[in-house]
Amino acid sequence: MSPLGPLLLAALLFSIGVYGVIARRNAVLVLMSVELMLNAVNINLVAFQNLLFPAELAVSGQMFALFIIGVAAAEVGVGLAIVFNLFRNRATVNVDDVDLMRW
Amino acid sequence: MTAHDLVFVIVGLVTAVSAILVVTSRHLMHAALYLALTLTGIGGVFLVLGAGFIALVQVVVYVGAVAVLFLFGLMLTRAPIGREALDSQNRGLGLAVAGALFVLLAALIIPAFGGESTAEVTGPTIEAIGIAIFADWVLPFEVLSMLLLAALIGAILLARREAGESGTEAEVTRIEMGEALADEPDRHEAVGTSAPAGELGAGGGR
Repeated sequence: MSPLGPLLLAALLFSIGVYGVIARRNAVLVLMSVELMLNAVNINLVAFQNLLFPAELAVSGQMFALFIIGVAAAEVGVGLAIVFNLFRNRATVNVDDVDLMRW
Repeated sequence: MTAHDLVFVIVGLVTAVSAILVVTSRHLMHAALYLALTLTGIGGVFLVLGAGFIALVQVVVYVGAVAVLFLFGLMLTRAPIGREALDSQNRGLGLAVAGALFVLLAALIIPAFGGESTAEVTGPTIEAIGIAIFADWVLPFEVLSMLLLAALIGAILLARREAGESGTEAEVTRIEMGEALADEPDRHEAVGTSAPAGELGAGGGR
């Protein structure tokens, strides 16, 4: 199996995530697009590990994928807490309206 | 084209189409459910690539926890539904940036990996992964557990109702009693979407 397919799929998913971050206004949907980008990187790591370096003893690619999954879970928890706080204080989750810290 | 490639193409197509629907869907709930489908599809890609343990973790953590968390997040923030409310004005810019990025990445990937092809997919066994976690990667593993603990405490602290109050019990019971609403109307209505702009600053600066 060629690594071309997984890498192209990961590039496509990453681009879709970039589009979602730029085009969406709802903060929860922006977080979902960030998740898409993180998953695209995971596909890359697993594909490199299993297709190009299958004999590596430390299993670095899959370990990095596991750690990214854990960090992403923490990121979603804190991110949604921030969104809830924003909604309670401002009654909106529109990222265009939240420009308090803009210079 | 082997059977492996065929399965990968099918799973990859499902994943890509549902990922596109995540960022273009007009309904928030549909977007979250398409996200769950995308994450399941990525788990299938991991299976095709021979990483069974990662696929399992993906389904448990992402589909089981993160997607459900997103569904709750969408239900608790009653946002308006519709394309105009969901998408900002710079949709064209996003399309241009994403398209350019994909073309750039594809132009780099195809010459670099177009010729290579391994005969079969070989992944490490779960036993090898377990030994690697607790031998080579034990320090990052512990740091990750500390990070998860810090994120847990931080999320509780951020999402709590009032800084300094011990809990939310008093407020909840007063909302259910009904007549107590007349005492502090602005505090309870600040939760809803109809809070006036003037009171928001007062509610925010605690």
